[in-house]
Amino acid sequence: MKKAPLVVVPLVLFSLLIVFLFQGLFSDPRELDSQVKGKPLPAFSLPDLMSPTTIYTPDVFKGQVTILNVWGVWCVTCAVEMPFLTALKNEQNVRIVGLYFDQDLDPDFGTKTLSRVQEEVTEMLSRYGNPYAFNIFDVYRDTSLDLGVTGAPEHFIIDANGVIRMHHIGDINERVWRNKIGPLYNALIAQMNVDNNDESVTDVGPTN
Amino acid sequence: MKYFLIISVLLLSIAVQAAEDNFAFDTPAQRAQFLALTAELRCPMCQNQNIADSDAMIAHDMRRKVYTLLKQGKSEQDVIDYMKARYGDFVHYQPPVTAATMWLWAAPLLFVLFAFIVVITRKNSKIDEDREIKLAKAEAMLEQDKQ
Repeated sequence: MKKAPLVVVPLVLFSLLIVFLFQGLFSDPRELDSQVKGKPLPAFSLPDLMSPTTIYTPDVFKGQVTILNVWGVWCVTCAVEMPFLTALKNEQNVRIVGLYFDQDLDPDFGTKTLSRVQEEVTEMLSRYGNPYAFNIFDVYRDTSLDLGVTGAPEHFIIDANGVIRMHHIGDINERVWRNKIGPLYNALIAQMNVDNNDESVTDVGPTN
Repeated sequence: MKYFLIISVLLLSIAVQAAEDNFAFDTPAQRAQFLALTAELRCPMCQNQNIADSDAMIAHDMRRKVYTLLKQGKSEQDVIDYMKARYGDFVHYQPPVTAATMWLWAAPLLFVLFAFIVVITRKNSKIDEDREIKLAKAEAMLEQDKQ
């Protein structure tokens, strides 16, 4: 019986290894720990994509729950999710703001003109639907970098105080909305309505 | 003809610059810093490539950022911290020692220690005696079989 503990050691180690590797099967390597979650948006001052004289700052996210959608016309998955996002806007009155950036590799030496970009955007939105309240043009992609964006499409769920509550990498489809984003969004809307009622009697928006 | 020559020389110089990725450095040391940093920062898009290797747009942007930060006189550690603040520890190929990553260093040491202990204890045990007793037993059994 003296040798029994030694026999158990490899067995335990093996079991631990199995558990570790089994977990690995279901982990998504693209799922990174977002560094901006729970923080207010980084400071920016960027023009509107369509009318560059309008300048936006993080204040545009105050007072409303917003989904910030990072996208570009060159992004295929963005086109795929666009009809669903448009449906969200039309049916549930979700406020979606675009953070647009162009793929022109070096903005300092880029050859693309703003009017060309606007043309492409208008064309794409007329084809797949326009879910956006407005589009912020991240000219030098600095804000994308500050937000920890790795590509497109990506989404940031921002609460009424302008704090980022979720960073979702990849598209939003029905399944993602039902399981991941929708519950948080509805909770944030409810939270906002409670806060508003506390302060003063204001009309309550649709919360479905 | 003179103008043609001038223009062609100008065009040539642009081409040479473009091949160097448009980055011009103040000192050779700064250039070395840039090369070192882009080699040890990891591309968040195409994982398992550093940003020097990767052709993803995010890698381009990060190289550009590393360059501008170095130009501003930031140190290597500043640049690494800047990227970590945005993309997490993931972005640096040298992981920090935390409770979770500690095992990367501890596990091999523990394994060696464990193996060492096993070897020592086995040598001290009375294997030889065991063997003699077993041999004697075997002999006896053989004797029994012969009869």
